[in-house]
Amino acid sequence: MATVVFMLPLVGMVLMLILARSDQQYRWWTLTTSIVTFAVSLLLVRGFDKTSAGLQMVDQFDWISGEGFSIQYYVGIDGISIWLVMLTTFIMPLAILSSFKAIQKRVKLYYMFMLLMEWAMLGVFVAQDLFLFYVFWEVTLVPMYFLIGIWGAEQRIYAAVKFFLYTMAGSLLMLLAILWLGNEAGTFAVPEILEQLKTGDLVFSTATGRWLFLAFGIAFAIKVPMWPLHSWLPDAHVQAPTAGSVILAGVLLKMGTYGFVRFNLPLFPAASETFAPYIAALAVIGIIYGAWVSYGQKDMKKLVAYSSISHLGFVMLGIFALNSSGIEGAVLQMVNHGISTGGLFLVVGVLYERRHTKLMAAFGGIWQAMPLYSGVALVIVLSSMGLPGLNGFVGEFTILLGAAGSDAISWWFTPLAALGVILAAVYMLYMFNTVFMGELDKEENKRLPDLDWRELYALVPILIMVLVIGLQAGYFFEFMDAKVGDLVRDISLAVAAGR
Amino acid sequence: MFEVPGLGDLNVAATLPVTLLAFGACLFLLVDLFIPKDRKYITAWLTAAGIGVSLVLSLLMLTGVITWGDGEEAFFGLFIADQFSQAVNVAALLTALLGVMVAYNYLDKIDRQRGEYYYLLLFTTLGVMFMGASGDLVTLFVSLELLSIPLYILSGFRWPHEESEESAMKYFILGAFASGFLVYGIALIYGATGTTSLTGIWEATADISSGETSTKFLLLIGAGMTLVGLGFKVAAVPFHMWTPDVYQGAPTSVVAYMSVAAKVGGFAALVRVFGAGISNFALDGDTTAAWQDTIWLIAAFTMILGNFVAIAQSELKRLFGYSSIAHAGYMLIAIAAAGSAGVTDEAARAVAIYLMAYAFTNVGVFAVIIALEKKDMSGTSIDNVKGLATSQPLLAAAMTLFMFSLTGIPLTAGFVGKWFVFKSAMSADLIPVAVIGVLTSLVSAFYYLRIVWYMYFEEGETETDLPRPLAWAITISAVGTLVLGVVPYLLSEMANEITLAFGG
Repeated sequence: MATVVFMLPLVGMVLMLILARSDQQYRWWTLTTSIVTFAVSLLLVRGFDKTSAGLQMVDQFDWISGEGFSIQYYVGIDGISIWLVMLTTFIMPLAILSSFKAIQKRVKLYYMFMLLMEWAMLGVFVAQDLFLFYVFWEVTLVPMYFLIGIWGAEQRIYAAVKFFLYTMAGSLLMLLAILWLGNEAGTFAVPEILEQLKTGDLVFSTATGRWLFLAFGIAFAIKVPMWPLHSWLPDAHVQAPTAGSVILAGVLLKMGTYGFVRFNLPLFPAASETFAPYIAALAVIGIIYGAWVSYGQKDMKKLVAYSSISHLGFVMLGIFALNSSGIEGAVLQMVNHGISTGGLFLVVGVLYERRHTKLMAAFGGIWQAMPLYSGVALVIVLSSMGLPGLNGFVGEFTILLGAAGSDAISWWFTPLAALGVILAAVYMLYMFNTVFMGELDKEENKRLPDLDWRELYALVPILIMVLVIGLQAGYFFEFMDAKVGDLVRDISLAVAAGR
Repeated sequence: MFEVPGLGDLNVAATLPVTLLAFGACLFLLVDLFIPKDRKYITAWLTAAGIGVSLVLSLLMLTGVITWGDGEEAFFGLFIADQFSQAVNVAALLTALLGVMVAYNYLDKIDRQRGEYYYLLLFTTLGVMFMGASGDLVTLFVSLELLSIPLYILSGFRWPHEESEESAMKYFILGAFASGFLVYGIALIYGATGTTSLTGIWEATADISSGETSTKFLLLIGAGMTLVGLGFKVAAVPFHMWTPDVYQGAPTSVVAYMSVAAKVGGFAALVRVFGAGISNFALDGDTTAAWQDTIWLIAAFTMILGNFVAIAQSELKRLFGYSSIAHAGYMLIAIAAAGSAGVTDEAARAVAIYLMAYAFTNVGVFAVIIALEKKDMSGTSIDNVKGLATSQPLLAAAMTLFMFSLTGIPLTAGFVGKWFVFKSAMSADLIPVAVIGVLTSLVSAFYYLRIVWYMYFEEGETETDLPRPLAWAITISAVGTLVLGVVPYLLSEMANEITLAFGG
């Protein structure tokens, strides 16, 4: 079942390459594929057994094997990955819809890479075998490299290459860690490795555990990105086309935080406990640094990009609180950030398409020219800064709750992180104020058309989800309860047993 | 007196893919005399057909569909027909087949359409195949010369073009020098062990490891000399000096072929000599072979130098010359891993997999360069690929695939190769060299990606010349690179059967 969902974009891509002929056909074909994928992924939610902590809808067979090792095709979803799969299938149609007008050159190639991207990202979230995971993890780089490099802004080549090399640098060390782990365990399937760790068939020393934690952790930390490994992010986000930024912020960054939850915590519990305070410290620095730098930006896209560093800091803090509310809040916040920041990039994209500038100084009083658009933008801005009743609040609040009650990290981190919430309000409202409020004094802004139907279709689903998660967060937590409870218990047991 | 062995004792059936081709090559040499100058396509076709037959036979033997012959030893142990030999055969024949395909129109373009080209290519291929199958140092040396001498000639095939002549001369003099080292190494190994048979050497080294110091040194120096000779063939640092110059000067179709074939032969020999012959040669009761540290250091330097210098290149043929040096480094990691007890077979498998992946990818790269090259040998600068994605989308897509494969991005054959090479390093606890390996892969990503960005992100006018055989060669390489990457099962199943006939 999981296979069906993640293979759909690839099938759609191949069919598109064979059947579609004109630019208009490429666009609609891709959009249809992504909507169908979303519809089918809803079946995953329907068929999901909330009481089970294990993997569901598993597809598994031996793929490659040899003397002393086996690599499996092993996909499935559980309480953590289901929402990330949903996030991906939800964001993609919006990203595709938003590029109908913006992308006018090499259209076929563009949509090919979009579907390839969706396929690879879904692959990352469903893969349960380390080999398979690594394959998809690296493959996501390729379409994004082209998306930034071909359709990006002026500095696109620099940004594309930096993005590729920076992320690849981290993942290569992870490759070695994967190989080491798989060699020791004789299998690359994560559930089987975990089983061996539990039964004591696979034991490694504390030092080895820490090295492995770091090798995986650096790869993920670059992707998140955690301060001080974030320098690729502003370049990539700012230079990418709107849809590229939406995907980057919406889904790609979550691969890093997801990796921590999926691999680092269960595989190396003792090391996680050891490193938790340091990572929490970096996370808090990231929260404040990201917010601080955001405030200083003149370019809207840059502002949103730096705000991601701040928001992802919250997610990291939640994960390394190492308790249920921390991790559940973190997973929900991954989804929230995907929706809000994805939405913010779409909002910026709307203005950019009309004026071809992203500088805040070029605007002012937009509310008077584009009231509908400004209303939508306001809700998304409020959601991003964590207004109660909207989605961002639930996530951040749960994370802070987890961090405050955590045994793994000091209580000190919580008030510092809470400072980030206030700063978020500062830079977000500052942006809103400069762009949308005040006098409509620039001549060229007076005739800006308001949202058309296509843009509305891309933004309304975001508004809906902002409200749904904000008001009905319990529904989303229910899916995670069993899995996260299990994870937290395993960590504490493992730490107690000294592994 | 001794008995004259009968033909039946030779176990010729097991060597059929190689011996058949040897007869074919000699036959074509004569047939070509009667083929008029303007109809050399007949020779090309014959050569391709001969390679094809041999390739099919090798593939059938590799997959175990047919098992001919009686056991793995032929010609009284001079020739080993095991799974590794078959894998080497397939890689060599595949390269040769693609080599003929890329050469035919290229030779027309440079006005050198001559029959010699094809049978010289066949003889080199035979050299590679014999090298992979050699069970005796004498066979090894003879096949090395069979591999090298035609390559020297082929490098100079574009005479009186100065660069081509220089290339051939340089290759020949340095190559002869390296052969001298190899012969001396073989002599010393013989001196230490009293035999040139690899099985015999393997049996003798166990005693030497626990025996007198002087014999150990004899063997150690012998092994070192052999390493120099073979290291030259595979272009390992510091014996790599010839590579960029030869690659740049030699006709591109020759480079396409030899950049792979020489490596296949060299690494097959390294596996045979180090992985099997003296794999158990340890000093002072170590559990790892005495030569392991040396080889992994060479591997590290090879990867570092190859990748860093390649960044600075703007001439495609030179760039891929350095890139081929770097890839020799990756394969040397596996050779070093073979020095740990119990990892030998895994390492041999990794080498076989890497070679297969490299064969498809690298011939493909040079085939693309041939398509770019103009009659006067110009057009192969990195600037010439600018805008290729708009003028020749499929060609650019194939080149992109090759670049990702050489970088080691998943879903390409190159990734599978690197995966198994690094895995063998992990099994052998050679973590430092594996770390250097992955970090230099990152460096390599920069110059491979630069080609992709020139093709896709920059604008430019490029003229390409893409006759049908060349287009087919590129297609086969691209499909091979992709299929082996998406279905690594094919490679791993092939390799799983590989056990070195002795040692381990």
